[in-house]
Amino acid sequence: MAMAAESFLLAIGTKKGLWLATSPDRREWSFTGPHFLMAEIPSIGIDTRQGRTRILVGVSSPHWGPTVAHSDDLGATWSEPEHGAIRFPEDTGAALERVWQIHPDDQSRPGVVWAGAEPISVWKSTDGGEHFELNRGLWEHPHRSEWGAGYGGAAAHSIVVDPAGETVHVAMSTGGVYRSLDGGTSWEARNKGISAYFMPDPNPEFGQCVHKIAADAAVEGRLYAQNHHGVYRTDDNADTWTSIAGGLPADFGFVMLTHPRRDGTAWVVPLKADGERIPPDGKLAVHRTDDAGNSWKRLSAGLPGQEYNSVLRDAASVDTAEPAGVYFGTRGGTVYASADEGETFRQVASHLPDVLCVRAAVVAGA
Amino acid sequence: MPEISLLLPGVLQPLAGGQSVLSTPAEGPVTVARLLDAVASDYAVLGRRIRDETGALRRFVNIYVNGDEVRRLQGLDTEVQPGQEVLVIQSVAGG
Repeated sequence: MAMAAESFLLAIGTKKGLWLATSPDRREWSFTGPHFLMAEIPSIGIDTRQGRTRILVGVSSPHWGPTVAHSDDLGATWSEPEHGAIRFPEDTGAALERVWQIHPDDQSRPGVVWAGAEPISVWKSTDGGEHFELNRGLWEHPHRSEWGAGYGGAAAHSIVVDPAGETVHVAMSTGGVYRSLDGGTSWEARNKGISAYFMPDPNPEFGQCVHKIAADAAVEGRLYAQNHHGVYRTDDNADTWTSIAGGLPADFGFVMLTHPRRDGTAWVVPLKADGERIPPDGKLAVHRTDDAGNSWKRLSAGLPGQEYNSVLRDAASVDTAEPAGVYFGTRGGTVYASADEGETFRQVASHLPDVLCVRAAVVAGA
Repeated sequence: MPEISLLLPGVLQPLAGGQSVLSTPAEGPVTVARLLDAVASDYAVLGRRIRDETGALRRFVNIYVNGDEVRRLQGLDTEVQPGQEVLVIQSVAGG
């Protein structure tokens, strides 16, 4: 049988291990796993640059601590550097708690991988994710002592790098959005317009609990944010944010996805409220905008009629195929995939542990 | 020369080349920290599973010297005598 020129890889990180699945058509999936059984997998990066598929995972054992491992053979074998890919320098006095984000950079910077971690920190690797260096500008930021922890911990969970590699946006919970215009050397809070209703001053310079940010595929300076209540867009590189929550059934949620190529297209998974983190009326639906948040379309074909589990910030992903695939998993351990940008979903896994992270990619062969 | 034995739980043994006991020569008392330093120099990943990069014992890892958990003694400064055994055991935690 001839090997497919390309196929799809789906990686599902859960509270108790990692599952990997491949598919020729995004309909039928072949699974392996659990890998790293009994360890949390809160972060996954699929790096398809440099002519290979490298799967990077943040692994957190409640007993044996956090680490970063990678596989270049679709999970058949895993490696981790002897002294750890992410290791706080001695002078910081800090210890890594959990890797929340692994973000392979642009095609033009093939060895560069970014990571976001707890305690709140950003890291950069130039060797494909085998060794990371702490971003000192953010680590030594004067706001640090005032950043706080959300329920899941205090972490940098979103890293968005522009194609030129100069402008970097980081989002942290809690702290908000920070922007660097010099490739990560210096950072400024950029939260104007984002509400922090849970603080004495609801419009502070920083302290917002942004849950996820993502960049528009085609419009420079445009980003989207799902906040702890509030869905926002910026058109000026985060200098100002405006609400785009109108038309959504709820402005709470964790997920923010953007299209790999098309401008104005983003997906969210609304949850009823901070105090009731379930899909509105117990009916799970993805919402997509095709006009940068001016309107939203409810997408629920193929999703269950009742669902009381939430979808966490990194438990959702898009692939780069045409049309784009949309994937997400619930805390109830069910994973759904759409091969048509969310118009219809199929259940691809169920009864897994809580899904913490989902990533999907088009890969060679497999 | 007398030795101090470090007994590993099964889950950590693959990180020590499959060994269940690591023996370190010792002519006199050695602190648990020094003992773990010696282990980490031979098996770095194993060392990272037991202690974080600040040198602190991971929260849900327990080390017993002569039947006592070191947190009830002098922590990682607890001295181990030649001939004694040191047990590494994961605590009962999780769900």
